[in-house]
Amino acid sequence: MVAVESRSTAKTVVTATINGDEVQFLAEPRQTLLECLRDVVGLTGTKEGCSDGNCGACNVVMNGHLVNSCLVLGVEAEGATVTTIEGISPSGELHPLQKAFLEEAALQCGICTPGFIVSASELLKANAHPTEDQVRFWLAGNLCRCTGYDKIVRAVLHAAEMMHPSASH
Amino acid sequence: MTQTADRPASVTPATSPTRVIDSNGGANRIISTGEYRVVGTRPVRHDGVDKVTGRAVYGGDTRLAGLLYGKVLRSPHAHARIKRIDVSKARALDGVHAVVTHEDLPKAEDREVHMGEGEGNLKHMSDNILASDTVLYKGHAVAAVAAANVHIAEVACKLIEVEYEVLPAVTDLRAAMKDGAPLVHPGTTTVSLGKDTGKVSNITKHFRMQQGDPDAAFAKADAIVEREYVTATVHQGYIEPTNATAMWNRDGLITVWTSTQGAFNARDSTAMILGVPVSRVRCVPQEIGGGFGGKINVYLEPVAAILSRESGRPVKVIMSRAEVFQATGPGPASWTKVKFGATKDGKLVAASAEIAMESGAYPGSDTGAAAACIFAAYNLEDMRVDGYDVLTNMPKTAPYRAPGAPQAAFAAEQAIDELAHKLGIDVVEFRLKNASHEGTLQVGGPRFKRVGAIEVLEQTKATAHWNSPLGTPRPGHKRGRGLAIGFWFNIGLESSVSISVNANGAVTLIEGSTDIGGSRASISMQAAEILGIRVEDVRPNVVDTDSIGYTGVTGGSRTTFATGIAAIEAAKSVITQMKARAAKVWGVPADDVTYDQNGTFSCSTDAGKHISFQDLAAKLDATGGPVTGVGNVNPQGAGGAFATNLVDVEVDPETGKVDIIRYTAVQDAGKAIHPSYVEGQIQGACVQGIGWALHEEYWMNEKGEMANTSLLDYRLPTTYDVPMIETVIVEVPNPGHPFGVRGVGEVPIVPPQAAIANAIHDALGVRMTSLPMKPSVILHALGTI
Ligand code: FES
Ligand code: FES
Repeated sequence: MVAVESRSTAKTVVTATINGDEVQFLAEPRQTLLECLRDVVGLTGTKEGCSDGNCGACNVVMNGHLVNSCLVLGVEAEGATVTTIEGISPSGELHPLQKAFLEEAALQCGICTPGFIVSASELLKANAHPTEDQVRFWLAGNLCRCTGYDKIVRAVLHAAEMMHPSASH
Repeated sequence: MTQTADRPASVTPATSPTRVIDSNGGANRIISTGEYRVVGTRPVRHDGVDKVTGRAVYGGDTRLAGLLYGKVLRSPHAHARIKRIDVSKARALDGVHAVVTHEDLPKAEDREVHMGEGEGNLKHMSDNILASDTVLYKGHAVAAVAAANVHIAEVACKLIEVEYEVLPAVTDLRAAMKDGAPLVHPGTTTVSLGKDTGKVSNITKHFRMQQGDPDAAFAKADAIVEREYVTATVHQGYIEPTNATAMWNRDGLITVWTSTQGAFNARDSTAMILGVPVSRVRCVPQEIGGGFGGKINVYLEPVAAILSRESGRPVKVIMSRAEVFQATGPGPASWTKVKFGATKDGKLVAASAEIAMESGAYPGSDTGAAAACIFAAYNLEDMRVDGYDVLTNMPKTAPYRAPGAPQAAFAAEQAIDELAHKLGIDVVEFRLKNASHEGTLQVGGPRFKRVGAIEVLEQTKATAHWNSPLGTPRPGHKRGRGLAIGFWFNIGLESSVSISVNANGAVTLIEGSTDIGGSRASISMQAAEILGIRVEDVRPNVVDTDSIGYTGVTGGSRTTFATGIAAIEAAKSVITQMKARAAKVWGVPADDVTYDQNGTFSCSTDAGKHISFQDLAAKLDATGGPVTGVGNVNPQGAGGAFATNLVDVEVDPETGKVDIIRYTAVQDAGKAIHPSYVEGQIQGACVQGIGWALHEEYWMNEKGEMANTSLLDYRLPTTYDVPMIETVIVEVPNPGHPFGVRGVGEVPIVPPQAAIANAIHDALGVRMTSLPMKPSVILHALGTI
């Protein structure tokens, strides 16, 4: 029988900027950022596929870094800026990636889609004109079981063209 | 249920630049035989915006007032008797609202019950939900807790005391078949060809399918190949973990919110296990994050329901990834011995096979389907398959995309390849010469109606891929090309659709088929085609079991076929009713009203009278009230489908690593309603097949525990492991569907494993006999280790 650890469950007030809004929420030390986003703040667009950093469904941008939110504690978000799928396009219009995923039929069940779009948005910030190989390398931390990735890769390349039409093409 | 807002026809402005794909080929072609106005186009799916913005509500996203969180305590042993369970400490923990064990489920009778999709033993179903006296696999559910949050529930699970008497376990298929193997269920005897043999064994069933006299026919063969093959246990690997939320109301009504392939099947199973009438359970299908056959059976729904009954509050339970691997149905491990005989001129004359598949902890595996598919690609009169279902101390297996057929094809298609080589005949020509066609006998009977094996093979031969050189490998590496063909029979089953006309001429479509991969679009497109309206003017809704007629699971590649037929029937009924309304407006008999595909009603006796669907829709109030068309169907005309894969591999003989460098899939879709989603099914299945072929397997240790329970160690293919998957959709219309639809979702996973094995043989000159073909297996085949 595993002994039950006695640990503090006292909640901490966390203040963070989530999708441009200043948000305060209560987090237990053992709660991940993923759990806080979904169950405390109510942003269920960020998905859970594994909770151990191996699928990318939970990806969000925190202080400019792409992270698996299941590997970040909620209390670590104190003072942080966090962008989730719900905030990926602040204008209220669809982000070019969102449009491209729809046009290219780059989702089937859709559970991996928020993670892919958040990851790809960071790629396109770092590299406006990625090659197919660069797209595949960047997205290798996001698992999709439905699409075989073909249409996802095409959608990201398509979105890159929408955002920065390249003269050479 | 996702509410989709009214959307513009396209989300991309017309000025969007043309894209350039930097890919290794990446061509997708369609060999089409029928042109339609809506069917065959590529509209944006209706639920798309919700899914790219994170707004779609999946099972795990269910939020209800007063929600509690559940966790399941699972067996640490592969086989053990439960001697005592003490839940008192768990119950006493602060924040715990309910603790349940098997005692809290009604006593289940040991009898076969009929459910939506077939037979099941009620006691086995109930014992698999929460173990009664014995745990049969590591991860078998023993007790469950509902608490204020999941962390408290986890702590409470650790406070439950369970005393086990550990029993010997067997997790390997072939070990389980041996005389003297530990018995999964004591006293199980083999039923052979319908008769109880009285022999105590883990082999629960032996059946035979036979046509003609294969033994006599083998005597006529000039060349024979006979080989044995094994495949490992694999998981469907859907990204969304299994989940369920339930509320047992004080009036006795139970509502279940879940990610399921079939809301009615989930309702029926839940009701049966809970011992309540189906009418007391309402199942609300939330969006589903992948299933592949693994989200048909219920696991958590009855647990969440009794936790809710005990706590008086709604309870949500979500499995961890390790629980998904250890407690939900994997696809079965298999052993197959296959034998083909052919004459010198390349005519197949006889075939026989023995196929054994694990069923896990309870009887019932995929062997029957494997047997029905193994010889389907070939025109044979003399053939026999013996099938064996085998119990193991593994989770009860569940359907996995064309259940049983990939394992069977891994064996048959390598043996066929070997036989072609032995006869010195090209591998495509050998298959073409013996390919199935209309009238070909199936081993399980009857003769085929119109099928597309020949067309698919001809198109394979015509691909750029088949006609281009293999190219030069990296230094020290070897390249090879492989081909395989696969078959899946597809199914029909019940579907119900209703369509209501709105005053603006748009329609609301209600269906019971959960949408795993774009079926809202493929169903709406068929309705729009018949209604003569734009697909954007059809608003599809997937609803709960109280809101539509009985609809079978999204499985068996049936949804676009069967629910499509229901939508067509509903649309036709709408048109009939609308004609009567036009007749009323014009004061003519209904028979005088005609309707064309452009959405205009006309009067055949007065050339000046026309009215559009939209304008007539605005007059419904004045002409008799609402118009709703209903289609309730159980179509029998499902059409089987063939698919081939062509694959180029590059192998490093030093490390045994196999890289997939080019991949083409050719498939008979009958008619591709939405070609993008047909391509998507094909591409996704090929990549699943690549994982199955090269690295996916349950690693069982000597204690009978799965050792690789994370997605790091049970490795699914990533973007970086695979190339673009080129597709060729061949359309050989299925006579059983108005637009010719066959199923498309399952057959594409049948050929990959064998095609890759044949490619590895082409590269290295050695035959592969086991899955996965991981580096150590390659090196072993090469004799390096
Ligand atoms: S849920 Fe975080 S990586 Fe899978
Ligand atoms: S679309 Fe289902 S996991 Fe990617």
